[in-house]
Amino acid sequence: MNFDPRFSGRKFSSVGTRPIRPDGVDKVTGRARYGADFNMAGQLVGRVLRSPHAHAKILKIDTSKAEKLAGVKAVITAADLPDLTDGDSAMYDVLDNCMARTKALYDGHAVAAVAAVDARTARQALKLIEVDYELLPHVTDVDEAMKHTAPLINDTLFTEGLEEKPVKPSNVTKRSQFGHGDVHQGFGHADFIVERSFKTEQTHQGYIEPHACVASVSSDGTADLWVCTQGHFVYRQHCAQLLGLEASKLRVTSSEIGGGFGGKTHVWAEPVALALSRKAGRPVKLVMTRDEVFRASGPTSATSIDVKIGARKDGTITAAEATLRYSSGPYAGTWAEIGAMTAFACYKLDNVKTVGFEVLVNRPKTAAYRAPSAPMAAFAVESAVDELAKEIGMDPVDFRIKNAAQEGTRSSYGPVYGPIGIGPTLEAAKTHPHMKAPLGKNQGRGMACGFWFNFGGQTCVDLNIGMDGSVSLAVGTVDVGGSRASLSLVAAEELGIDYAQLKAVVADTSSLGYNDMTDGSRGTFSSSMATISAARNAIKILRDRAAQTWDIPVDDVVWENGHAIAKGEKYGNLAALSLKEIAAASGKTGGPIAGHSELVADGAGVSFATHICDIEVDPETGAARVVRYTVIQDAGKAVHPTYVEGQYQGGAAQGIGWALNEEYIYGKDGRLQNAGFLDYRIPVCSDLPMIDTQILEIPNPNHPYGVRGVGETSIVPPLAAIANAVSNAAGVRMTHIPMSPPRILAAIEAERGG
Amino acid sequence: MVEVTLWGALGQLAGGQSKVEVEAKDIRELFRKLAEQYPGIEPWIEKGIAVAIDGTIYRDTWSKELPKGAEIFLLPRLAGG
Repeated sequence: MNFDPRFSGRKFSSVGTRPIRPDGVDKVTGRARYGADFNMAGQLVGRVLRSPHAHAKILKIDTSKAEKLAGVKAVITAADLPDLTDGDSAMYDVLDNCMARTKALYDGHAVAAVAAVDARTARQALKLIEVDYELLPHVTDVDEAMKHTAPLINDTLFTEGLEEKPVKPSNVTKRSQFGHGDVHQGFGHADFIVERSFKTEQTHQGYIEPHACVASVSSDGTADLWVCTQGHFVYRQHCAQLLGLEASKLRVTSSEIGGGFGGKTHVWAEPVALALSRKAGRPVKLVMTRDEVFRASGPTSATSIDVKIGARKDGTITAAEATLRYSSGPYAGTWAEIGAMTAFACYKLDNVKTVGFEVLVNRPKTAAYRAPSAPMAAFAVESAVDELAKEIGMDPVDFRIKNAAQEGTRSSYGPVYGPIGIGPTLEAAKTHPHMKAPLGKNQGRGMACGFWFNFGGQTCVDLNIGMDGSVSLAVGTVDVGGSRASLSLVAAEELGIDYAQLKAVVADTSSLGYNDMTDGSRGTFSSSMATISAARNAIKILRDRAAQTWDIPVDDVVWENGHAIAKGEKYGNLAALSLKEIAAASGKTGGPIAGHSELVADGAGVSFATHICDIEVDPETGAARVVRYTVIQDAGKAVHPTYVEGQYQGGAAQGIGWALNEEYIYGKDGRLQNAGFLDYRIPVCSDLPMIDTQILEIPNPNHPYGVRGVGETSIVPPLAAIANAVSNAAGVRMTHIPMSPPRILAAIEAERGG
Repeated sequence: MVEVTLWGALGQLAGGQSKVEVEAKDIRELFRKLAEQYPGIEPWIEKGIAVAIDGTIYRDTWSKELPKGAEIFLLPRLAGG
């Protein structure tokens, strides 16, 4: 990489300010175009037929009646999406998830699709498709699925990661283990040991905008896809592979996005829409209903976790151990592995061991959800940590400070930490006014810590300077949380111009080099690095053009505050040239001025947060209300602090919903009972207090401005912080998420012996 | 020569060793030599392995140098949200 990413400690003039968001007016006036807002001439309506069964063999699909219905232009099944994955098992799973091939593996699994002239005809056509199923026994609970008596979901999968190769297939697809030291010996040195089992139910990311796309495949092999996604370049790769298209001939344009949170990192409807368009010879719009979003798109894992932690009387943890079982839907995943890596990452431990088990169940394919897998592990660990502090008689914050990881600590997942922010977030929590505020009747206070890795990735940016001196920035990371504003600030900072002179857009896949998707909290971290690089490349050209204008060596020209300046006494009479002046003359000094950058942004830097919350529990009904909530998190450097605060608040709000209400409820028939926002209740404004935030800035040494990702860590502590608060308010340890009113009431009554 | 720590599943593919020594100047050479010495690891490299160098995790920068005496730790390549 021809770019030095090291932290430079510079002073900022644009970065760190709070300008108005560039996409705000369009969003509040309805002009912004989301996935379903795009239309093409001759467009058809796509609809998907889904399995009503949790587990069934597909014996036969008869589409003949549907094909004969007037207005139906195409009907597809798995036969229209042949296996082109060439042994890539992960992509085969994606293909099978888009359209079931031999078995329906969950309630909602796509089995066929139609494209028709209107929605009514498409719905009628779905009713005319006849599918013969042979019902199979199913399993939806993660613990039940691990039993040797459980129905086998995929008889070709054997447990990976065992010392001896298994001879029988299993729903447990993988065992992973992390840690160091000797936990048995460590527990021997403990004066106090807490050992508990926890469960968390499956939740959906709950993005307000459903999956939506418009696909158009031409007879010449080219295609266009307009889609709501977190990663249009990745969608292009996946769709091209699954459809047998050349990637460069498939142009994918990302729409505005009404939330993703990891759930829009995988293709579901898009290959189906492309296959329908290819068969019909016309564009096809496919928009999932909310019911389909719940039944067939990415929920997170349901989990079952055992935790054991021991400590000496002085509060030093001597050993920590966890066994984590995560459901992955009917396809192999690595979700428990991530949980096993993150579970104890906040702590300095001499003896630690975590074991993860990936478990198949007849539920939708698990997808990433904001710091995937970490919140559930943190819930179990931070609940046990709180309980242990109480048994020892220590303040929960002091106990965590005593055991917090720091620079030089060997992390529970392996490597030794560089500079990290867990200690400072805890110290900030200790002195925060929230910790000293009085509590009312039936109220309890809880706090918890959280960790997330953060990632970088492949990134490409174009910066173009117009002849009027305005600057356009074309980026390839989808703006899910305000990155167009933050990247404009970064470009303004480098060029030394006003933020208002810039306009950032998300370029389509034919206009810019490949970009990984916006996940892993990488959007601003990665694209700001590429923007800095692109701006510096543009500045080289600006200096060169000024040197030409002055007819002096370019090495004598420096760039300061948006101007080229001839350095040295001999140039004393040369007035500085502004970016605008150089741009205006560009046609006569060599043509357009642009800066380009393609790089791999690595070294994202791990992230920590500490949350505090107050909960009031109604002992008669079990209803819990969040009274006060505070998020303290390390941002490295907050490029646009308002957006950073928004990320902190958003993660906390989602965590509150997960902790108190949200869960997938399956009937005995294996069908999802609550596939809608009336029965699957996410928090709304009236459920939440103002969520206070405190941004800490401990620079990431691997970014020129010290930036760390901020998008995900904020969802890690809430489950635990709220569980600790509810436990303190209700006087009983809560071990099952969500802590819905019936669960809290049952726990209170059990504690009373009732 | 750098000492490389392998996580559990990878260690099994390296004959049960949790640490191996490899003569490599950067991540690219490290992966090439690991694949030569332990062919079972090659598919994992294809799928993606992250390398922590003194605690900083690198997922794609195969040109990253491995400084003498640095702690080199291989990790699964993870998904984000």
